[in-house]
Amino acid sequence: MSAYCELSQLGKTYPSPNGPAVIVQDFNLKIAKGEFVCLIGHSGCGKSTVLSMLAGLSEISEGGIILDGKELTGPGPDRGVVFQSPSLLPWLTAFENVMLGINQVFYTASKDERRQIAEYYLTVVGLGDAMHKRPAELSQGMRQRVGIARAFALKPRMLLLDEPFGMLDALTRYELQQVLLTLWRKERITALMVTHDVDESLFLSDRIVCMTDGPAATIGDIVPVNFPRPRERKAIMEHPDYAPLRSRLIQFLEVGAHERVPYVAPPPRMSPAAAF
Amino acid sequence: MAFLEIERAFKGFGPKWNRTEVLADINLEVEKGEFVAIVGFSGAGKTTLINLLSGLVTPDKGVAKFDGKPITGPGSERGVVFQNYSLLPWLTVTENIALAVGQTFPQWSGEQRRAQVAKFIALVNLTPAAGKLPRELSGGMRQRVAVARALAVEPKVLLLDEPLSALDALTRANLQDEITRIKREDDTTIVLITNDPDEAILLADRVIPLTAGPNATLGMSIPITIPRPRDRRTIADHADFKRIRLELVEYLLKSAHSRKTVLDRKLVLPDIEPEDLLLPWSQRNRRTPIRRNEIKTAEVEVEK
Repeated sequence: MSAYCELSQLGKTYPSPNGPAVIVQDFNLKIAKGEFVCLIGHSGCGKSTVLSMLAGLSEISEGGIILDGKELTGPGPDRGVVFQSPSLLPWLTAFENVMLGINQVFYTASKDERRQIAEYYLTVVGLGDAMHKRPAELSQGMRQRVGIARAFALKPRMLLLDEPFGMLDALTRYELQQVLLTLWRKERITALMVTHDVDESLFLSDRIVCMTDGPAATIGDIVPVNFPRPRERKAIMEHPDYAPLRSRLIQFLEVGAHERVPYVAPPPRMSPAAAF
Repeated sequence: MAFLEIERAFKGFGPKWNRTEVLADINLEVEKGEFVAIVGFSGAGKTTLINLLSGLVTPDKGVAKFDGKPITGPGSERGVVFQNYSLLPWLTVTENIALAVGQTFPQWSGEQRRAQVAKFIALVNLTPAAGKLPRELSGGMRQRVAVARALAVEPKVLLLDEPLSALDALTRANLQDEITRIKREDDTTIVLITNDPDEAILLADRVIPLTAGPNATLGMSIPITIPRPRDRRTIADHADFKRIRLELVEYLLKSAHSRKTVLDRKLVLPDIEPEDLLLPWSQRNRRTPIRRNEIKTAEVEVEK
């Protein structure tokens, strides 16, 4: 597996009156191109800290992150972020909010082409007839759709999702998980999503990275999720692997996260070709 | 004849030229002592539906009946708990509840009324806060006052309009237990409106999905056979729970999917790549965007 995004020896410390407070320590993860990885853990363990370092919104204290062969130094439009609250500009319409980023990264394209991009993504997320409304006129779920459209429209190298459905009711959450998955399947953008919803992570991801409790949080377990794609909720919930995977994750969150035994990667399996 | 029923009811809002048909062909029957949960998306018309039952809204067509008689307005035999508590901010907990009790039982003595108010404050465990104003209480406590007020008038039906959706998970769980206890002790008829399928299955005897609006209608009701008492922590492992939840969610999501409008305009996604804004200006010399067919990739194998 060649790593498209590599987080090595990543750490975050804040200065405090009682010496430095270590939030995240020795975080090592390789993400392949086109992979969907979920990061789960208890609230406050440092999941979002890892994500915001990757987004460039939080300074890296130790180690580094390489994305597509280049080390990250700050925020940039090559990483699309979807926040828990959609963070839209209230005086702009949904369309204008999306255009804001598009005008930046597609500045060489014609006006028509830029408009087409915004219209395409807003329609695909289900806002075809509401794209000229302001955030105040949209429901919470619709605002989050704008957030998703805005992130995908920039064709980022990587998609970073910070509990994007945490504030939504259960039904809207299911609906938007489906929207996200459909769009992701079309574009195959490498994605890292922070969540604390076990079912959500099983439905969406290829791999689930479990974080131990903070302070000095690190990776406690990595669970591969091999359900076939395209995925359908019903089929997945009835899949024989679903219950064991789910209980493994819940077991980790209830017990393992507190034990804080760092994860040791299993030795790479030799492929049949390499044996010769 | 059912205790509480709605027959072929339609309800829309707005003038003719800009009308939204919210509910269409609603049929509902609730038996005495039954706990029914109605689950639907936000904005589907759940509150309009419960307003038909409480009498705050009259249907355009069709009829809502209570105990065989058509519902023409609100009445104390149907207690309502609203999502936003709706307490009078200048009255204390005791006064808020006393107001409702006094209106409903004018023939009672002051002593009787005081006893009734105190009993229901105690029922929701708010005795220490009885003299406080709503603004001095947390959201969960306010909602408990609203529940106590609805129960203190001894209604025959309790209508709960998303009473828990604004609360945090812990308070929510406590109030869910409270509702279960009230149901078990008094055998009240309850209609609960919620957007949380898990909550509906945990609490109710029967769940009915309300399809996505406009023109929302009730789907087939699903009886919940999971034995009581139900434990929040272990219910998720129950085979029936999974089946009912899946059936309910699939039905609702399908209804939301079919509501999507088909667009007649053609969507075009330009085949271009974004510019790298992290490059210094001196290296950005393009005047037109990179087309995807210009990108050339080559794979090279390297011997180790």
